[in-house]
Amino acid sequence: MVAKKGNRGGVGGEDAEEELTRVPLQAILLADSFATLFRPITLERPKVLLPLVNAPMIDYTLAWLESAGVEEVFVFCCAHSKQVIDYLENSKWFGQPNFSVTTIESYNATSAGDALRLIYERHVIRGDFILVTGDTVSNMSLTQALKEHKERRRKDSNAVMTMVIKQSKPSPITRQSRLGTEELFMAIDPNTKQLLYYEDKADTLKGTVSLDKALLIDNSSISLHNDKQDCYIDICCPEVLSLFTDNFLTISTYVVTFQGLLVDDIMGYKIFTQEIHSSYAARIDNYRSYDTVSKDIIQRWTYPLVPDVQFFGNCVTKLERQGTYRASDIGLSRSAKIGPFTVIGSGTTIGNYTEVSNSVIGEGCIIGSNVSIDGCYIWDKVTIEDGCKLKHAIVCDGVIMKSGAVLEAGVVLSFKVIIGQQFGVPAYSKVSLFQQPVKQDSDEELEYADNSSGNIEIASISNTPEKLEEDLTELSDSQIQAASEVGNGGAGFIWSISNEDGNTLPPSGELEPGSVNDSDEDVRDDFAHFEKEVEATFLRAVTKTSKKTMLSYNLTSSDCAGALFYGMMKLALDTPHGSSGELVKNVASVIAKWKKLLKYYLPSLDEEIEVILKFEEMCLESTKEYSSLFVQVLHLLYDKDILQEDAILNWASEKEEADESDKLFLKQAEKFIQWLNEASEEE
Amino acid sequence: MPDVHSLVNECVTKLKKRKVEGSKATAKLTAELLRSFISQQRLPHSNQAGSLIDAVKAVGEKLIAANPVELAVGNVVRRVLHIIREEDLSLTTAAVGGLSLAAESDDEDDTEHDDHPVLSATAVAAAARNALRPPSLQTLLEDIPHSVAAPHTSSSGGDSEGKSKSADKNSVTRKLKHNVIEAVNELIQEISTCHEQIAEQAVEHIHHNEVILTLGSSRTVMEFLCAAKEKKRSFRVFVAEGAPRYQGHALAKELAARGLQTTVITDSAVFAMISRVNMVIVGAHAVMANGGVIAPVGLNMVALAAQRHAVPFVVLAGVHKLCPLYPHNPEVLLNELKSPSELLDFGEFSDCLDFGSGTGSPLLHVVNPAFDYVPPNLVSLFITDTGGHNPSYMYRLIADYYSADDLVVRGKSTS
Repeated sequence: MVAKKGNRGGVGGEDAEEELTRVPLQAILLADSFATLFRPITLERPKVLLPLVNAPMIDYTLAWLESAGVEEVFVFCCAHSKQVIDYLENSKWFGQPNFSVTTIESYNATSAGDALRLIYERHVIRGDFILVTGDTVSNMSLTQALKEHKERRRKDSNAVMTMVIKQSKPSPITRQSRLGTEELFMAIDPNTKQLLYYEDKADTLKGTVSLDKALLIDNSSISLHNDKQDCYIDICCPEVLSLFTDNFLTISTYVVTFQGLLVDDIMGYKIFTQEIHSSYAARIDNYRSYDTVSKDIIQRWTYPLVPDVQFFGNCVTKLERQGTYRASDIGLSRSAKIGPFTVIGSGTTIGNYTEVSNSVIGEGCIIGSNVSIDGCYIWDKVTIEDGCKLKHAIVCDGVIMKSGAVLEAGVVLSFKVIIGQQFGVPAYSKVSLFQQPVKQDSDEELEYADNSSGNIEIASISNTPEKLEEDLTELSDSQIQAASEVGNGGAGFIWSISNEDGNTLPPSGELEPGSVNDSDEDVRDDFAHFEKEVEATFLRAVTKTSKKTMLSYNLTSSDCAGALFYGMMKLALDTPHGSSGELVKNVASVIAKWKKLLKYYLPSLDEEIEVILKFEEMCLESTKEYSSLFVQVLHLLYDKDILQEDAILNWASEKEEADESDKLFLKQAEKFIQWLNEASEEE
Repeated sequence: MPDVHSLVNECVTKLKKRKVEGSKATAKLTAELLRSFISQQRLPHSNQAGSLIDAVKAVGEKLIAANPVELAVGNVVRRVLHIIREEDLSLTTAAVGGLSLAAESDDEDDTEHDDHPVLSATAVAAAARNALRPPSLQTLLEDIPHSVAAPHTSSSGGDSEGKSKSADKNSVTRKLKHNVIEAVNELIQEISTCHEQIAEQAVEHIHHNEVILTLGSSRTVMEFLCAAKEKKRSFRVFVAEGAPRYQGHALAKELAARGLQTTVITDSAVFAMISRVNMVIVGAHAVMANGGVIAPVGLNMVALAAQRHAVPFVVLAGVHKLCPLYPHNPEVLLNELKSPSELLDFGEFSDCLDFGSGTGSPLLHVVNPAFDYVPPNLVSLFITDTGGHNPSYMYRLIADYYSADDLVVRGKSTS
């Protein structure tokens, strides 16, 4: 029923679209997630080319975009861009009628923000576009969402973005959705569907979500959801791209984009949501979602993107009883047991008395006798010798498991790893031919040091990708050393376990290799990240408003200076600090940073006095933390040449005539003023 | 010829991606593709028909593999192959200079094709059969004395042209292709007019004050009912909504708009209502050689209910839905499982679909098959463009449209 309604609406939408203008529907596909959750696999192959139920992820995304009526796709490649471009050039996607795929390559983009900025600079986006990542699996029809987006846009030019959401209940125990992402809180206006608040890092331990009270004042009704899932499919106006040209925005995920836009009420941009019901949409950004989405595909929720429909050049696969998909040319022993919900790729042979259930087996694999495989993802050309046991593991291309090897739950074997005879790989470990780079995160480093004791080489490895490459060349040497790590005759290094619960995922916010180190720092650290965001917003808000408002409201620059100073002090205060000494340091660093901007608004003494008055006011009212530090901060401002001594002296003399109660800070500053007086007399 | 190849590929991807669905649409697409394929195909001087058949088979194999559940694709490919064979046969027999059959049957049957000055042999043959349909065996018997040289010279209508062209070898080449394309055009015409052809017979089957039951929606059924209504028959229709796609709703709306008394019931109410029903009229996805029907899901249940209450179960099917294969043939893909989201809202049930139970598979499974198989003994009557037939007669009808050599469509390279 829902689908039918959608279709009917869709037809109307197309008409309306045609009436408006004939701009071909464009899409930006980010073939890089700017995250490292799929390490160590992604060290060797880009994430979008990882097989998902025997087809690369990017094929799912492209097939969906094509069927949704997108005519032009820009594939943005960064990490392993060569592989992505090679793959696309050899695939059917190039040279399709009415569907053009263009690749955009970049070596130094570190975030989605960078990527969008680059695309903006190319001036290729002409109208509304769809922003997705190359790991999105969906079968939704875009017509309805596009139509609504366009209608909203016609009424309100600030409605720049429509994001697609889907209902999904987070588990009450782990506070995670079934895709392994954190519980998400959204405040949505139930009438207009405007997104008012978006929080994906809510403090679930405390069980509180704090909403700005302005939200309640401005909106007659708000519905707060924790059962929605962001599909990471966004319909954006071209203006969204231009937002990223502000250099301050270095953003690692869209999420922050939203927050940036939402905080930014000065610009007045609005984000709307479009909820989908019957169709499927999910993004694979961790191992958990890889597992979940694979199973959804096997359960046919993504129809027609299912293995037995050849939506692109995959081989002929037949759906048999109990959801078993079997390619036509497989060698299956008569005594082998193929359980329900299993996919077996072409050219694979399976030996006697082997049991396979709930698993995906790729092409050209050789599986011996008496092997037990349960809930595993085995990619192409894997050899599993007799008597192996695999449970809930991911086994990449070219892996060889010698006889009797055992994989415990949650193991990831990267490309071409060899597991020795009778070797049991401990649960949730990741094995790769590459050594694990040393992390800068303190906690991970600690864990790592424990694990790698005995292997001296590792300590010398830095985080840079160039180093990694070097290691690769030295691999043969180190392989011998590491042989013992994965059993007799094995090859590979066991990576440290960053998180006990393998299915729940390692902390987010890391970057792909190939990223610039300095930006690495601030994204990695949650707090630093936040700070940067505040700064960015702050600065943007200040520069834009001040210019705008000064012109339009004819305000004096003293007001601006006051407001700006207020913001700066607020920022310093928001930065976590232990003692008042640290707070002063914070203030010093903030002032050092924004000195120039502030100075711009302080053309004369009057403005400077205004700043002091503002500060006094702050100390009295909103931020009592500063009251004891008044003199120190004042001194600081003087030292930094923001305030001239005349300004301070003028302020002092002005205050002399004030009430006793007002003189609180004057008294505090008495010594300082005295010192200033003396200094001026000396001159 | 890159042009044709790209055309074929485009068609294959369309079928693969399920952009074209439904037997009529796919049949038409296939026929039109094969027409342009044949017209652009270059033929060698010797063994033209053989090479053309091989080429068509190669394309047909691809098309069938693209979406094996759309049996109509295979049907049309086989029909075209049959057309080529017949045309070739009639040309060679004409060239042999043999029998000038003054096709007696021509005069009596050419009702609709009169405007065609050049009638291709198959068209005439088919038309001849149409007229002589019920005593088919008799047709064969009649043919025996005439056909001395070849068994299939039953009615070589275009012999005069054939004779004149036979002198010139080159023109024969063109003749074959021309005739085949002409016949494929007829086929396309036939596919697009099958609704009207079937609907014409509506008055013979629907009587005054009857109650008709149908399930889901079928274009053929709708036109059939509307045709009866236009002929001033007054009757009532029960429409079972046809979960999970609920196409019955659309049908009910359409019927009501045409002034028919319509009642919508749930699928599960069919058995309760069937005792009040005079006849069940449904559409089909494909009709197999044994008279079994592949039909939208839910029809087997309706057929069983109808049998229990001795209500006639009538299946409407265009000739392009006749499939020369048997349902036990492993090549026949009887069913397709659609997305479970038609049944359940994914979001609402997402917590039941979690895989955290340790077994690696969710506790909730949703199965959404698209089709049902209705065995032949449950079907009372088939109504095709050529008239009403018994299920047991289907194999005979199929023999008229397909030649036995084409049942397995496989390109030469693979066999």
